[in-house]
Amino acid sequence: MARAWGARLIEFQSVTKAFDDGTVAVNDLDLAVEAGTITVFVGPSGCGKTTSLRMVNRMVEPTSGRVLVDGRDVRSADPALLRRGIGYVIQHAGLFPHRTVLDNVATVPLLGGWTRRRARARAAELLEVVGLPQEVGRRYPAQLSGGQQQRVGVARALAADPPVLLMDEPFSAVDPVVREGLQDELLRLQSELDKTVLFVTHDIDEAVRVGERVAVFATGGVLAQYAEPPELLARPANDFVADFVGRDRGYWGLSFVAGGALRPDEVETVTVGASGVVSGDEWLLALDEDGRPRGWLRPRAVVSGPLSEQELEPGGSLHTLGLPLRGALDAALSSPSGRGVVVDRGGRAVGVVTAHQVLELLAAERAATQARPEGGR
Amino acid sequence: MTLDELGRYLSSPSNREQLVEQFGQHVYLSLVPLLLGLLVAVPLGWGAQRLPPVRAVVFGGASVLYTVPSLALFVVIPGIIGTRTLDSVNVVVALTLYTAALLVRSVVGALDAVPGPVTAAATAMGYRPLRRFLTVELPLAVPVLTAGVRVASVSNISLVSVGALIGTGGLGVLFTEGFRTRYLAPILVGIVLTLLLALVVDRALVLARNSLTPWTRLTPGGSR
Ligand SMILES: Nc1ncnc2c1ncn2[C@@H]1O[C@H](COP(=O)(O)OP(=O)(O)OP(=O)(O)O)[C@@H](O)[C@H]1O
Ligand SMILES: [Mg+2]
Repeated sequence: MARAWGARLIEFQSVTKAFDDGTVAVNDLDLAVEAGTITVFVGPSGCGKTTSLRMVNRMVEPTSGRVLVDGRDVRSADPALLRRGIGYVIQHAGLFPHRTVLDNVATVPLLGGWTRRRARARAAELLEVVGLPQEVGRRYPAQLSGGQQQRVGVARALAADPPVLLMDEPFSAVDPVVREGLQDELLRLQSELDKTVLFVTHDIDEAVRVGERVAVFATGGVLAQYAEPPELLARPANDFVADFVGRDRGYWGLSFVAGGALRPDEVETVTVGASGVVSGDEWLLALDEDGRPRGWLRPRAVVSGPLSEQELEPGGSLHTLGLPLRGALDAALSSPSGRGVVVDRGGRAVGVVTAHQVLELLAAERAATQARPEGGR
Repeated sequence: MTLDELGRYLSSPSNREQLVEQFGQHVYLSLVPLLLGLLVAVPLGWGAQRLPPVRAVVFGGASVLYTVPSLALFVVIPGIIGTRTLDSVNVVVALTLYTAALLVRSVVGALDAVPGPVTAAATAMGYRPLRRFLTVELPLAVPVLTAGVRVASVSNISLVSVGALIGTGGLGVLFTEGFRTRYLAPILVGIVLTLLLALVVDRALVLARNSLTPWTRLTPGGSR
């Protein structure tokens, strides 16, 4: 697309939606979504997230105000054609139960007049993009797990390669572990495909995880704050937002503090397979031949024969050098030795950090930010 | 009555010829209206499901129509559409109306049962209303709709017999003849053939439904 990054691709201009029964679902919304970003609408149930999203593809018409996509009022477009150019992942997947997965994914290309053969070939490609094996294509939606259904929903929305993707609580029906996987996948897809994504959720954790910008809606369809996640967590605009983002936002804030200044300590190591290992008063970090951490050997352990993984305490999570500090704190807190293992991009151990070190660094960063006049983000 | 009597009735070639002819008539008079009624009920049901005022009118009309006795309808129709009293078209028209009246509720119920997220997804993908109806909503309505069609088929097959009272064909002729001649064999044969027809048609409908809805008999993770 010949469009400058950062251009306003979707714009709400004084948009209000009042339903026939008098419910004001969206109240005077002014908001612009930049091309090539993931923007999240978050807020409690009934605050108008879905309604706002559906005004973009004309499934709901505003009572007043305008919605622009790529500079054009959506009302000037034929609704069916407009929608074929905007991917939509619906709450609860909404797959067509009577069509195979492949034909579900081929829906929009077929509507656009592609031959069945070409549409199916495209659909098969998309299954791969969202990480589903080809044989899933022959199944019906009822034969898939919840997580697989969500992936198919994403593949279906991407099939015609639309520049804009609307996602309404796409991952709300799956368990937290699967959900995290899907979120990572979305971030990967977004970095590869460069779509403009408008993502709805009621989960603030999900919002700050996937969103480059987050719009917090309050009850009554009022936009409470529109900001980048670190800003939202550090400086909630009002009590509603503060309350909504929750108490553990300090911890979440760590996600956005760069870990570049972290200086890991050295640690004594052993190699798995070495013979006659005896540990002293300290935990020993066990590595494989390539220097990747395998676990910890307790203090005062005596191992006769080669050191096997059975003798090790499983290590906690690993922190990759240079990534946000949250990972370092996680690593320290989850490690049996109380020291988090820091690895380089290749996964080789470079040292360890304690939770105390992470928190000190954090305090220093904070002091530095506050010393700056109105820290420009 | 003895089996003898039945045997004698069935051994007469002219009787057998008549049986085959009336059976064929019966099939024609019950199944053609079933098909026509369905074709009328589907668009009516579509309108009724989308627009509440249409729903009120259609449901009201259907209820009233269904309370009119069949015999009365058979007799009144010639006056309305200008056919002769004994024309079998009268039966076809009357049963088509009954079928439509019966099925329009099934159609609306079946469309109501299509999951909201599925129709919303279809709209969001860029389906126009007619194509969405024909390729998404209607196929998904088949299971519920078939239940209604099965009831209507049985109802039609039994109502066709009433037509014999006004002189149209079908297995009902065997009943009127049996009563007139005080002869039990044709009545018995008529009953058995009517039941048989109803069972066969019902079975055929179930098979048709199953072949149209393979996705309804799946288990998660299993194969087709
Ligand atoms: N078609 C409609 N007619 C009347 N009121 C509606 C309609 N659709 C939505 N509403 C109302 O508008 C408000 C906003 O609804 P909306 O679906 O946009 O909320 P939401 O933020 O998506 O909530 P959720 O998190 O529960 O999905 C709610 O009060 C809802 O009841
Ligand atoms: Mg919603």
